[in-house]
Amino acid sequence: MRRVGPFALFAALPLGGCQGWQSALDAHGPSARSLADMFWIFVAVLATVWVLTMITLLLALRRRRPADTDPLATDPQTERRMTITISVAIGLTLVTVVSLTGLSYAAQKVLFAHKGGALTLLVTGQQWWWEVTYEDPQPNRVFTTANEIHIPVGEPVLIKLESSDVIHSFWVPSLTGKMDAITGRQNLIQIQADRPGVYRGQCAEYCGLQHAHMGLLVIAESKEDFERWREHQISSAIPPNDDERQRGMEILLSKPCVMCHQIRGTDAGGKVAPDLTHVGSRRYIGAGTLETTRGNIAAWIVDPHGIKPGVNMPTIQLEPDEVQPLATYLEGLK
Amino acid sequence: MRWLLILSLAAFSLAACEREDREYRSNPVTAETNEKIALSPLSAGPGSPSEQRSGLGQQYEENAYHISQGQRLYTWFNCNGCHANGGGDSGPALMDDRWIYGGQIENIVQTIREGRPNGMPSFRGKIPDDQIWQIAAYIRSMGRNVPKPAAPSRRDDMSSVPAEQRRPPGEVIDGGQIPPSAQMPQ
Amino acid sequence: MTRAITSHDLDAVPEVSRLATGERGGVPGIQSEADAPPSPDELRDDQVDGPELTARLAKTWGTDKGLIGTLSTVDHKIIGRRFIVTAIIFLFLGGLSAVAMRMQLALPENRLIGPDLYNQLFTMHGTTMMFLFGVPIGEAFAVYLVPLMVGTRNIAFPRLNAYSYYVYLFGGLMIWVAFMLNIGPDVGWFAYVPLSGPEFSPGKRADFWAQMITFTEVSGIAVAISIIVTVFKLRAPGMTLDRIPLFVWAELVNSFVIIFALPAVVTASAALMMDRLVGTHFFNPAEGGDALLYQHLFWFFGHPEVYIIFLPATGWVSAIVVTFARRQAFGYIALVLSLIATGFLSFGLWVHHMFTTGLPQLGASFFTASSMLIAIPNGIQIFCWIATLWDGRPVFRTPLLFIIGFFFIFVAGGLSGIMLASVPLDTQVHDTFFVVAHFHYVLIGGNVFPLIAAVYYWFPKFTGRMMSERLGKWHFWLAFIGFNVTFFPMHITGLMGMPRRVYTYLPEMGWANLNLVSSIGAVLFFGSFVLFLYNIVSSASRGPLAGANPWDAGTLEWAAASPPMPQNFDRIPVVTNREPLWANRDSLPVVAGLSVENREQIVSTITHGRADLRESSPEPSIWPFVAAIATAILFVGSMFTPWALVWGSIPLAVALMGWFWPKPSTEDER
Repeated sequence: MRRVGPFALFAALPLGGCQGWQSALDAHGPSARSLADMFWIFVAVLATVWVLTMITLLLALRRRRPADTDPLATDPQTERRMTITISVAIGLTLVTVVSLTGLSYAAQKVLFAHKGGALTLLVTGQQWWWEVTYEDPQPNRVFTTANEIHIPVGEPVLIKLESSDVIHSFWVPSLTGKMDAITGRQNLIQIQADRPGVYRGQCAEYCGLQHAHMGLLVIAESKEDFERWREHQISSAIPPNDDERQRGMEILLSKPCVMCHQIRGTDAGGKVAPDLTHVGSRRYIGAGTLETTRGNIAAWIVDPHGIKPGVNMPTIQLEPDEVQPLATYLEGLK
Repeated sequence: MRWLLILSLAAFSLAACEREDREYRSNPVTAETNEKIALSPLSAGPGSPSEQRSGLGQQYEENAYHISQGQRLYTWFNCNGCHANGGGDSGPALMDDRWIYGGQIENIVQTIREGRPNGMPSFRGKIPDDQIWQIAAYIRSMGRNVPKPAAPSRRDDMSSVPAEQRRPPGEVIDGGQIPPSAQMPQ
Repeated sequence: MTRAITSHDLDAVPEVSRLATGERGGVPGIQSEADAPPSPDELRDDQVDGPELTARLAKTWGTDKGLIGTLSTVDHKIIGRRFIVTAIIFLFLGGLSAVAMRMQLALPENRLIGPDLYNQLFTMHGTTMMFLFGVPIGEAFAVYLVPLMVGTRNIAFPRLNAYSYYVYLFGGLMIWVAFMLNIGPDVGWFAYVPLSGPEFSPGKRADFWAQMITFTEVSGIAVAISIIVTVFKLRAPGMTLDRIPLFVWAELVNSFVIIFALPAVVTASAALMMDRLVGTHFFNPAEGGDALLYQHLFWFFGHPEVYIIFLPATGWVSAIVVTFARRQAFGYIALVLSLIATGFLSFGLWVHHMFTTGLPQLGASFFTASSMLIAIPNGIQIFCWIATLWDGRPVFRTPLLFIIGFFFIFVAGGLSGIMLASVPLDTQVHDTFFVVAHFHYVLIGGNVFPLIAAVYYWFPKFTGRMMSERLGKWHFWLAFIGFNVTFFPMHITGLMGMPRRVYTYLPEMGWANLNLVSSIGAVLFFGSFVLFLYNIVSSASRGPLAGANPWDAGTLEWAAASPPMPQNFDRIPVVTNREPLWANRDSLPVVAGLSVENREQIVSTITHGRADLRESSPEPSIWPFVAAIATAILFVGSMFTPWALVWGSIPLAVALMGWFWPKPSTEDER
């Protein structure tokens, strides 16, 4: 029985896995909660099966028929008993498997039933960031942002998933399971958060060099906070309010930035890179890679490939005295 | 016999490495390269015109990664707004062998940087230099002037033109002729 | 040319003989058909006896020395050994890439390996383990052991067998050389489009992957065909279907699964290569293609693939459990039917790899049911093995230790697979380290642990020496502990949100500690393989000598010498029981009448194993090697230009003509 020792050690490990802002077991939405519950049911049932099988194995190893017995000799009574036992065991396995299948199907029907709420998003996976468009019946209330999704608490939000280049997978484990974003088709996923909080997600389908750094945030807030956020996002960029930021804006408009990025309210109108209109209001830049601080923004602009090698943002030529104003301007785009 | 095998493997390795090298980070931060290419084969005095090339051309032209990036940037920066998918629209065709301002990669780089009369904008300061080289390498691949294994294959898009690697090779005519698009009534 | 065996031939042998030593013996009644009278000039094995018989047969069946001789061999044991050694080398290479990956993942935002190299590493790790090790190792053991276990002298289609080894070797070399030159594939072992397609995977990297597939699948299908024909038609007289060893049944079912599954991945990789090279639109949604088509094609192969990796291991487990429980297998019929059921069912599971792609839910749930249902035949096998051990007298030597490790690990992996089979649970854990943990538990527990046991078990047969028992026990504990320390935490990191195929992760995710534990375990686990290699190498030269049957096992391969003579058996044995050597402890009945001077085998009927014909077995030939070179030229060339298919088929045609050129058979001359 000395083989039990290592397993006791491993049994203690799972306790650390429950917390986390990207943890499937730390559920904050109805879908994730039912999935987590189902997971624990499966673990309980299957772990019991494993333990029983291993106990049987260990008992079998201790049992020894007399030495010098002919290996071909079989006792009909033992054979009959073992046949019955195994048949019963197979029957139990079948029952277990069928019930787990039934449980799974029931949960599946609930999980994939899309109720559709007031809010619909279009999320397009790009290499290697998330383009998020908030849809609205009124066209002038449609806006695009990147890598950060705000949703109102307690309401289901329908997300349409598309991809512009390769297959990505939208996954926010605290809220629900994942769904792939596949080129040439549109998939649907529904998320709902039960309480306010910040939930992290990550691309879960290998999509190239920087698959590792393709995170996103889902921030659930109260309805009023969400509406306030949405109104602000619809508005144009905050104009610079001091000389340094003014200089930063002029630098931005004269540099390659405008070829790819959009800042609504300025002349920067590029569509192929993340929308920077309110980049300062987002908590992370680089799709969940760096926190949004002036230093990090400066580092990202000066050396994107040192942080996220292979990303589509090029290294641009900046004079040393241009870095600070540019970063200050961008940080101020709240 | 064994040494021959090793030598040939080594020789292959040199060829392969460059074609597949993936240089993300231009190091140091790229200033403009210094190309001095003559647009005409004539020169005052004996011999051909004096030229100065940075030597980057081969590195970009023979590298599959750079050409593929150029293919992406060609759409991103809306080159097909005037040049379509290489067949030309209001701008001249890029996949043929007629070049008004020279068709070697250094000429194309300078075209993109400086702009040209009759409508080609100057992208100096707006497209970083290494990306200009990548776009130029892609344009060279349109006329199959790059090694076939390095040229990109079809795009995951509606197919309007044959893939760059499957086009018949084109030859550059230095200081070429006025393309049909420039002959159309203004 | 074949000749029927006549009762006249059989009566000529006076006594039953023990095959390896050539003692005298007699022949019980064997049915045969009288046909043309035998030629009096040809020397038959009932006319010679003892060491002279052994020597003459060794000369007839042996392999010439020298380079040409080595390249021309058709001896299944030599080819099987090459297959095993090559597959184990690839196992090491795959393991090294895994250790490199774990070193990079040990710390958050580690800068040991950049994204490009890391992507190539995990692609090479998966590709090597699945295509260059997982499938070939099962086939390797089959090539070596199946002819010995069914009691014949060589595999069916020996030259095809040789050809398939060379093709496998060239394919593996090609992709590893590509990796060394920085043009290794970086698209994952499954190479989904559009990432591996023409737009997003520039250069030739993905083409190397796709063409390696072609190499290994040609090789795999060829070996599978040889195995099937060997098992059906070359069995020793008296080996009816229900006396076939369980190992041979496993390899037979495995070979059928190979034949039906591999064409799907060849289709997928060929379509991918056409998209990349020629500009077809199989997977281009804009022109009517479909990215999901690739996934269906690939996983239609991909799921049976993991059963191709698992089924031979069930054969190893059956053989070792029976020997080390000192009891014949319990539930033989149930075990055989489970193997067949697993083989069939494995084709109905593939969509469980695509649960998150947005396919219709009703269809997906069907695959939940079938994925869970395959636990039933697997469960029958596990229970029957435990029953055999229960009623037996376990002998705790190294092979049995690794089989016990198999039980612990594989059953755990299978049960986490039941979790993955459920669509809703899969939406949380798909493409995370939970899946990585699951499949390493089933693949390493289900294939590698039995493989190590099989190596310890059959090493005396292959080399004539025993491996060190003391080192074996150290090896087992290091492997078992190292494996669990590496892979158990991955269940947790996956549930904590860590996706697969990431070259690094942020410190604030909270995965750092568990990843460090996994990485330490990886070093331990790799260390166990180093110990294994040391044990193999030192035992091969200095291990204690083993006799023909050091484990006192029951199947026919233990009747041959250790290592076996080129002809395997001096006279073909006659089988009266599932465990022939246990049923006939003192001396084994044989049938005589095969030629000593020419290569001849007995062809028997499929169901009853009645001796039917004498068939000549092909002589050594250099043409398989030449054909493999021509095939390599054709395949490698077609990565660069479609014209290679035209011009490259010319040398291949020449090689095949040389191979199949009709030769007057030595028998015709008499």
